[in-house]
This record gives sequence, structure tokens and C-alpha cells, in this order.
Amino acid sequence: MNKTINQKAWFFVIPVFVLVAFNAIIPLMTVVNYAFQETFGNNVFMWEGTRWFKQIMLSERFHASLGRQFLFTFIILFIQIPLGIAIALTMPKEGIGVPICLVLMSMPLLIPWNVVGAMWNIFALPDIGFLGHSLNALGFDYNFTQQIGDAWFTTILMDVWHWTSLVVLLSYAGLQSIQPAYYQAAEIDGASRWAVFTKIELPKMKKVLTIAILLRFMDSFMIYTEPFVLTGGGPGNATAFLSIDLVKMALGQFDLGPAAAMSLIYFFIVLLVCWVFYTLMMRNEGNQ
Amino acid sequence: MSLELKNVEKKIGLDTHIYPTNLKLEKNTINILLGPTLSGKTTLMQIMAGLDKPTNGEIWFNEKNVTGMKVQKRNVSMVYQQFINYPNFTVYDNIASPLKITGVSSDEIKQRVGKVAELLKLSAMLNKKPNELSGGQQQRTALARALVKDSDLILLDEPLANLDFKLREELREELPKLFEDRDCIVVYATTEPSEALLLGGNTATLLEGKVIQYGKTLNVYNKPNSLVSAQVFSDPPMNITKIKKSGESCSFLDNSVNWKTKINIKDGEYKVGIRPHNITTYKEGNNSLEIKGKVLISELSGSESLIHFTRGNLNWVSLSNGVFQKNVGDEMKLYMNADEFIYFDENERLVING
Repeated sequence: MNKTINQKAWFFVIPVFVLVAFNAIIPLMTVVNYAFQETFGNNVFMWEGTRWFKQIMLSERFHASLGRQFLFTFIILFIQIPLGIAIALTMPKEGIGVPICLVLMSMPLLIPWNVVGAMWNIFALPDIGFLGHSLNALGFDYNFTQQIGDAWFTTILMDVWHWTSLVVLLSYAGLQSIQPAYYQAAEIDGASRWAVFTKIELPKMKKVLTIAILLRFMDSFMIYTEPFVLTGGGPGNATAFLSIDLVKMALGQFDLGPAAAMSLIYFFIVLLVCWVFYTLMMRNEGNQ
Repeated sequence: MSLELKNVEKKIGLDTHIYPTNLKLEKNTINILLGPTLSGKTTLMQIMAGLDKPTNGEIWFNEKNVTGMKVQKRNVSMVYQQFINYPNFTVYDNIASPLKITGVSSDEIKQRVGKVAELLKLSAMLNKKPNELSGGQQQRTALARALVKDSDLILLDEPLANLDFKLREELREELPKLFEDRDCIVVYATTEPSEALLLGGNTATLLEGKVIQYGKTLNVYNKPNSLVSAQVFSDPPMNITKIKKSGESCSFLDNSVNWKTKINIKDGEYKVGIRPHNITTYKEGNNSLEIKGKVLISELSGSESLIHFTRGNLNWVSLSNGVFQKNVGDEMKLYMNADEFIYFDENERLVING
């Protein structure tokens, strides 16, 4: 087919460009601006080239918080994805139970991040919190403000509580879209429950699970408010994940250059991981 | 081998989905469940397969009561309207799946899958996944899965409904051959009368959860036991008009059309069913009657012309061979063959000659 060239078509694209520029590119550019320069205020800037990037890439502090970040994200994905699928599988498929379960499941998702942090902080306090006090009464030496293991345990538990529902809801939607005929066909074949899960349900849920993993990866990799309110990154730097460390550097120490460089590196890691993951998951998709 | 439904009834809550039904299907037959959507075809099939339990009544297979027996133990296979295959398996593994579970040796699996794949023209795509195939090929794969094991009962629930016209025609022609020398009972649900006629065998006409009539397909078509059965087995819908009979002469109630009949029934008022293809733009048969009508819609279907027309306040449908284009609103003459009329009494039961 012959296409007519008409440059006026660009006018239709301009609004999108303007919108994206305002909500993404312009704010990002200010960060880029800081990442390559040194400033002492009064609008005085000095060119530093890639110095801040080199500094961050070689900094042990960055390596440590990046390591903590990957560990945290890996653990919560490892717990939330299987747990979410398992809960979705046990949810009722029809009847009055469906809306009840859906409302109950969405509750944690509706609570603001800082409220979740504050709630869990009070809930887990070793002397007066229900969780903390109970654990100590049962004979566990539990104190999330002092002990690294306890701080991690509480942070992970909080995130699992807050976000597993998202995986549940997505998986449930995926399961609901499987036509009953698939289950009947499997029943006629005499397939086991496990075979139905691995051969029908999982492949049919692949797309929603990809979305669930991507969302949970991005969200948990950028987690800030909840651990900030719960542990403040402590004890020491034990739960100082990337964004907590970043804010400390940018607003605590006012090292704007290195902080800007770190932001960009942070951003590219998220982008890269998402792209690699998405490409791998969708590699074998046919032309549906 | 036979499958027998004895007083089978299905209720869900207060709704009756299947009214008490008796049906006996014999070995080596194709049995067509013909009825519009929601007439209970799928429910009836699921009860036959053992996927669903009847509320009342019994299912007997080979003189054995199998009511409530699990579907895995019943040796049945089923093909659905949607193309149901394991999404992550290749075509080969999909076809082999029912055999693998029952523990057939791998050599035998290979041989049997190869044979069925060839029969269904799938040999070239055994290594592909279902989502790489066309709809027709996906449904062929599902059919192959149903045929690969020697089922006693094969159920096909509108298998061609989701295919486009050309693929449907193609597969429809192959279907009877697939079941030819199989030692099994085939049950085939469809909404299309033409499909039932093409497949032959036996037909049960269904409406609103009731089996209206069961018998040899041609018999059910030619001698519908009631007006309802005739209507289910007629597409486009059958024309119905009231007539009166006195001696040998019959006429429409308004006396506009008169004819002689040899049918030996007592005098009085009747309803007459006239199939659309029995009203044509040309004369057919020895007892041709002329009627006049006003064209409502005129449409072509392949090389047939479908003309809807009004007569008085009744809408009529005619189906003629050949291509005729009529203008809406035109007055036109059409011809009916009075020998093909089907007579029903005041209870809408077939009036039996003699």
C-alpha cells in the first residue's frame, strides 16, 4: 500500500510529547543537571563530568544498600507470588463469597503507605505492641528496633501483609477467565489437580502473573515510606534500602551531585530489570 | 453397547434445566441433539458424560447403571465449542495426553497419534503449540484428542460453531468419515438443522429442556411429531397457516388458496406447516399452488434466494434455488407444492394419514 506523506500528522502527536515532557522528562532533566555538576548554592554550578557516577559505582555504601534492596525484593517476590496464587486458588468462584473475599482482599491495598508503616510500628513494638509483646511473652527475644534479624522479619511481614492481595486479585482475575470447558476436558482425561494447575492454570495465568511480578518488583524495589516509618532504615543501616539511603544522601547530607547520580543509576537498574524480565517472559508467546 | 437415559431430570434451584427424559442411544450411531441455544443440549451431554449428575433418574451404559460414576472411569471424550487444548503442549503432546495418563506404551502412543494426526491433516504441525495454529487446526487438534483413545462415547458440543464458514464446511464434510468404523456412540449437539441432515444418523429435537422427538434424522425431518419439533428442525423458520378441510378439498381460512388432498383425515380446521424451500418462485411438483405476496426482504445465501414476504398480516419465508433479486414492496407470485404440506391438529400434533 502506498502511504501518503503528510507532515501535519505531527500535530496529533505534539500533545503527548508535551504531556510526557512535563510529567517525566523535565523533572528528570533537573536530576541529570545535578548529576554532572557540583553546586554550592547561589546558582553556581561547576562541571564534574562522570565523577559522581564513578564515585557512586565504587562506593561500598551504595553496594551495600543495593545488595539489601535486591535481597529484600527477592524475598518478598519469593513469598508473595506463590502465596498470592495459593490464596487465589482457594477463593470461591461464585456466590456470595466472591464479593466478601474481594473486599477483604482489597482492604490492605487501600491503606496509605505511611499508615501501614505506623500501624506495624505500633503493632510490633516489643513492650506495648500486640505482635512484639506476644512474641516476647512466648519466649522469643524479639525487638525490631535493636536486632537486625527482627527488623528484616518485621519489614518483610509488613510488605507481605500489604501487597500479597495485589497478587491474589490479579491471579484471581486470571483464573476466572479460564473457561470451565478446560477443567472438564482435564477431568475427562483424568488429569490430577497438580496437572490441572501446571498444565492449564499456570500457562493461562502467565500474562497476569508477568504483570504481577513486574508491579511487585518495581514497587518493592522503590519501597520507601513503609520501612522509613517502621524502622527508619535501622538498626544502623540494616534496613536502609536504596531509596532510604538516597534520601539520606540527598536531603540529610545534602550531597546533591552524588545523590542525583545515584538516582539515575537506580532508575536504569529498574528499567533494565523490567525490560529483561518482560522480554524473557514474553519470548515464547505466539502470535495471539 | 447402548446408552440409556431413564427418566433423567435436572433441576438447579427452582429452575428445571432438563425435564424427565427417556432416550436410548445405540452402538455405532451418530445421535444429533438439535435445538436452539438454552434448549438443554449441553446439560444433557454433561449428564451423559458424567460431568454432571442428574437430579433424578438413571443413566445406564451397557446394561449397567453408571449414574454418579466419575467421568474418568467412563471412557468418554468430549469436544467443545471453544477450542480446548493444553496451551503449553505441542499438538503431538496434546493428542497424546489422554493416552499418557492411562499408561499406554510410548511406541503405541506414537503410532496412534500418527494415525489420528494423519486422519485430521495435522501431521505437518505436530511440533507446534495451539496458539500458533488457526482456529480450524486448533479444533482439529481437539478432535484428534477425542478420537485417539477408543472411547465408548464421544460427545461433540457444537464443535463447528466457532469456526468461520469455509472451515466449518470443510470439517463438516470430514466428520461423518471420522466416526465411520468406530465402535462407539457419537452424540453431536448443534443448533443447525442443515448440520443434522448432513450428518444423518438419529436426531433428537430439543426445546426448553424437553426432548420433543427422537428417531432417524430423515424421519424426524419428514414426519415431525409436532409443530414444535418441525419448527426446531427448520431453518429458516417454517411457515404456518390455518386451513379448513371438507372432503377432499382444502383451503386457507380466507379461501384465497384451494387444493385437493388425498390425505385421509376428518373434516375440520388444521394448521399446516410449509417449509421455506417448499415455497419457490417456480412451479414444482404436480400439486402446485399459486400465492401472492408483498416482498419484505430479499436476500441471497450462496446460490439460493431467501425472500420474506407478507400475505395479509402474516410474514412468510420462501427459499428458492437460483439467484433472484426482488425489490422491497413488489407484489410477486410464488408457488407451493401442496403434496409437501405437513398437517397438524388443534393440539399441534402431527395428523397421521389414515
